[in-house]
Amino acid sequence: MSSEPVIIEVQGLTKTYQVGDVEVHALRGVDLEIRKGEFVAIIGASGSGKSTLFHILGGLTPTTSGTVKINGRDLGGMTAAERTDLRKTTVGFVFQKYNLLPTLTAEDNIRIVQYIGGRNTVFDAGFREVLGLLGIADRLKHKPRALSGGQQQRVAIARGIVNSPAILLADEPTGNLDSENSAAVLRLMKDLNQRLGQTILMITHDSDAAAYADRIVRMKDGRIV
Amino acid sequence: MLNKLIFANLGHRPVRTLLSVLAIAVEVTMILTLVGVSYGTLDGTAQRARGVGADIWFRPPGSSAIGLSSAPMSDKIPALLMQEPHVTFAMGTMVQPLSGFDSITGLDLDDFKRLNGGFHYLQGGPLVSDNDIIVDEYYAKQKNLHVGDTVNLINHDWKVAGIFESGKLARIAVKLSMLQTLTGNPGHLSQIYIKVDDPNKAQAVVDAMRVKYHGYQIYTMEEFTSMLSISNVGMLKSFIGVVIGVAVIVGFIVVFMAMYTAVLERTREIGILKAVGGSSALILNILFRETLLLALLGSVLGIVLTYGTQWLMKHAVPASLVQETVYGWWPISTAIAVVGALLGAIVPGAKAVKQDVTEALSYE
Repeated sequence: MSSEPVIIEVQGLTKTYQVGDVEVHALRGVDLEIRKGEFVAIIGASGSGKSTLFHILGGLTPTTSGTVKINGRDLGGMTAAERTDLRKTTVGFVFQKYNLLPTLTAEDNIRIVQYIGGRNTVFDAGFREVLGLLGIADRLKHKPRALSGGQQQRVAIARGIVNSPAILLADEPTGNLDSENSAAVLRLMKDLNQRLGQTILMITHDSDAAAYADRIVRMKDGRIV
Repeated sequence: MLNKLIFANLGHRPVRTLLSVLAIAVEVTMILTLVGVSYGTLDGTAQRARGVGADIWFRPPGSSAIGLSSAPMSDKIPALLMQEPHVTFAMGTMVQPLSGFDSITGLDLDDFKRLNGGFHYLQGGPLVSDNDIIVDEYYAKQKNLHVGDTVNLINHDWKVAGIFESGKLARIAVKLSMLQTLTGNPGHLSQIYIKVDDPNKAQAVVDAMRVKYHGYQIYTMEEFTSMLSISNVGMLKSFIGVVIGVAVIVGFIVVFMAMYTAVLERTREIGILKAVGGSSALILNILFRETLLLALLGSVLGIVLTYGTQWLMKHAVPASLVQETVYGWWPISTAIAVVGALLGAIVPGAKAVKQDVTEALSYE
């Protein structure tokens, strides 16, 4: 057992959606602990509840019951504004569809997250090194449409970690990439995890992608199995 | 950083941005043109009234400063007025409105000359025959009239006898007796201009006349010209109010449409901003700044376009419509455009704030 502090602590988490008259139980009592510096992959088929868990851990969706603590902050009963603050200060995101702002350059897509986080919008030497590691230092002045999928996802990773979040949440980060770019992105994530000690929680349905993680957690029918 | 995003957003849809700016510009131009024409018309009237050289203006009971459509005064009154203390001369005229803002004035040129030295003719000369008409340079330009031309007004053919320098009394003048006959008002006047021996005594003379000629509208020329302001002309004030109301509604609708479409189109982008920690205040801030920028750009363009309408009027209808540049209304019309635009951004802004992040992120 690692001596690093627990970053994510989930106990008895449930999430129920109301779809018309039907109650959909997306999560049925999830318990999970992730320590600082870990690279964890949550793997499961469609409908297993992994995306719901991603949304809850990212403060994008409120819980139904149970306890979720991110970096010591309890998400239960958080208001929308408090969850917004959590996303601003504690969590970074990487999405399957990159989700870069199309009107801004790659550089400005990163800077705007710095701005929202109340940071200085200048890249320091350490972050410039990260940009070099990600291989996008010479692509920063381009808009997303001028970048390949792999480059866009690397920009998204840079954006996800620019404010040094406690945890980087990645939802199917290689879902839209070919195998070569997928491997490159996963290697980069592994590298960031090892070099910077960045805690990463990756959601995937791909066991090859999950293999890059230190630990694999499997989900099925809203439970960890 | 935020401004960069705003400029990028507006630049991303140039046609929509341009149309929004143009619509707001039209709104601003509409206000400024109306106000400019109002000021120009009133100032022109005041200037021509001052050019008469009289000290007192005498109008029939129940008449207004602007309406000159009646001739209910006897033409014997000037003779009576000339017997009043300090009055040295009184000249009656008749005014018959034409279409639009134009009117034709009937006068006795000898009386007019006695009052102020008469017209300065640029072409031709004074009225000689009953069918003669004289016009000022602007009316001549507007109607492309030259000495010797025939012009039909109030169903009568007039021969242009002279073109005079603008600035005195009227733009179109004919013999008083002829106009009285043609309009079925023989022996009647619309107004009387009075000269006194000492202009400093004009107010005292007016006060005395108001007692003696109870009900008549009697003003010093100074009073009269100061009355020629928008705030004193109820109909004009209401009209401007209506136009401003329409302008605000136009601005509201234009920006509402533009921003509503933008919010729908940018559902995913708004979701991204929220996902990375953007607060509702930030989303509203972006939308309102965009709206403000559209309104300001529209206002600037609107002000520029006002010079276009001014040029158009000066060259197409220099006598009928005079448009002044009223600088004081630039910030007012801009404020009106901004208010209309911001009102139009409220509902789209509320929609953007209410968007669910996860749904927005999955929006295609």
